Amino acid sequence: MTTGSPTEARPLPTPIAPLEFAAWTATTALGHGRGAQLAALRAGRSGLARAAFEDCALDTWIGAVEGLDAPLAGADAEWDCRNHRLARLALDQDGFRDAVAAARAELGAARIGVFIGTSTSGVLSTEHAYRARDREAGRLPAWFRHRTTHNPHAAAEFVRLQLGLENIALAVCTACSSSAKVFAAASRAIAAGVCDAAVVGGVDSLCLTTLYGFNALQLVSNDICRPADAQRRGISIGEGAGFALLRPARASGALALLGYGESSDAYHMSTPDPQGRGAALAMQDALARAGLGAADVDYINLHGTATPANDASEDQGVMAVFGEHGPTCSSTKGYTGHTLGAAGIVEAVFAALAVEHGFVPPSLNTRELDPALRARYALVPVEQRVRHAASNSFGFGGNNACLIFGRTA
Amino acid sequence: MKVAIEAIGLATPGLPDWPSAARVLRGEQGYVASELTSYAPQRLPPNERRRATPAVRQAFRVAEEATAGRDAGALATVFAGSDADMGILHRICAGVAEPQKIVSPTDFHNSVHNAAAGYWGIAVGATAPSTTLAGYDGSFALALLEAALQTVVEGRDTLLVVFDVPAPEPLLAARPLGCAASCALWLKPDDGTAAPLGTLELALADAPQSTLADAALEGLRLANPALRALPLLRAIARGEAASLVLPNAGGRALRADWQP
Repeated sequence: MTTGSPTEARPLPTPIAPLEFAAWTATTALGHGRGAQLAALRAGRSGLARAAFEDCALDTWIGAVEGLDAPLAGADAEWDCRNHRLARLALDQDGFRDAVAAARAELGAARIGVFIGTSTSGVLSTEHAYRARDREAGRLPAWFRHRTTHNPHAAAEFVRLQLGLENIALAVCTACSSSAKVFAAASRAIAAGVCDAAVVGGVDSLCLTTLYGFNALQLVSNDICRPADAQRRGISIGEGAGFALLRPARASGALALLGYGESSDAYHMSTPDPQGRGAALAMQDALARAGLGAADVDYINLHGTATPANDASEDQGVMAVFGEHGPTCSSTKGYTGHTLGAAGIVEAVFAALAVEHGFVPPSLNTRELDPALRARYALVPVEQRVRHAASNSFGFGGNNACLIFGRTA
Repeated sequence: MKVAIEAIGLATPGLPDWPSAARVLRGEQGYVASELTSYAPQRLPPNERRRATPAVRQAFRVAEEATAGRDAGALATVFAGSDADMGILHRICAGVAEPQKIVSPTDFHNSVHNAAAGYWGIAVGATAPSTTLAGYDGSFALALLEAALQTVVEGRDTLLVVFDVPAPEPLLAARPLGCAASCALWLKPDDGTAAPLGTLELALADAPQSTLADAALEGLRLANPALRALPLLRAIARGEAASLVLPNAGGRALRADWQP
């Protein structure tokens, strides 16, 4: 394989203009909205449970969001599926709709883009349709609608329609890096004048496809997920949604996206490069676009899925970029489970909370740190100033993204 | 926002590659809807080549045409389509509908929307950024916009690959596509010098989409999201400057002004 070494000379990107968080929110198994996320992170409370989902017979923990049982009604009825119920619930938190409406009144609906990451969109609806299909006639039931549920673009289009925006709706589908990469796409679109502000985010919801699919790859733990633990055995699957309204920074001291980095492993479809070279490239590019050095980052929210391969590979990448005296690191997958296509936005919100509150959430469920890992993992809550927080997201296909958040100068 | 076009790839029944398609689009040959022969991706190692899914083959076919004989390792990529591999989604949804719920591990890792992009990165050793988008019937316009943004804002060459393969029944009835198709554009920053295949100026617009006068080609344009590129490809094939509107799937359309 011809993968570039992070130490190899290559042109680094130039700094970008910061994009402030004019509004931001997340909804996960920890609860609805930012306050619920922060309270659970501070209390060390996991949203994971051995809960029932559909007729799933796997012995595993899941991170389910409460309040998704009521179908969407009225004008939203044709979009009804678990993924859009979750999107709608998340949009209702933290005054997000009002903030977008204010920006729409100021900038115009045609000037605000929508950039949404999803991995499986509303596939649960297709699973239900297959179960209810007429096997003799080979027909799916008449109620099944592909375009407004399962099609991945629906995840972005539904958000655009909910918010009454008239620019574009871009759906990024790079598996578990999807809703991190939307920040990069939005930054480029604003830089080039395609839009003046952007709603970025992601939505992914529980389905049998991911539960049984990850299980088939032997990546699902029957224990609760234990990131960076010597005995870690894999992921716990969760669901989540989150959004941020990004605008070119207007005032100093505002929470903002400062940098992004994207790369590919060029290694394997479902196993990360053991040396974490692709991950390191993404982290380096994020630092360069933020105009920061490694010593300026105080916290890294790791991808930290708790699979043996991911945590080892990511550790190598972090060490290559940040070195022995690097920042405090933790994975928050033990709280929410792996929210897959929503992990990027959920953990972007967690990283921004760390900056806002000067608080590093510990790696939950980690009992005994894997001695082979060398980065500085927080196993207990840390109250410290967080000037800049990085968030890593890596997906199948070797697709990597790193985001850096902080306050505008 | 202006970009230059370095190379093109195209594959759909009756238009198996860009040179043949260009002859038809110039009106030198009539369109004949002949079946597309199966394709073996050249840049994949032999064992991966044998196992490549129809969707991966369709994507590689045009990516390999657009980059034939060239080092593609430095190109960023934007892959896009309406849906991920519908043949695989069919097998997984049928599998989890049964009591045993058997899902093939290979099917699952190939079920991600960015599977073709992942294989491409591995095949050409590209560590450059790679994005995969889903744009329903607006996949070509949205992906062209994103690829142009990467080209202009990041100042690097970007390979755009838009592809879709029709689903098997019963999913096909819920998402009917007329045929398999894929289209690739190698975009590069416009440095003011002559570009092999002209330049594109892109902006969002609210005008009606461009159509094709030839009924057979217009039918083809509507048969697969990748073929929404045909009005642009026609202008390029004929070497005629054109101001075109490419359809989105909700939201604003994309105006593409092509200059030779």
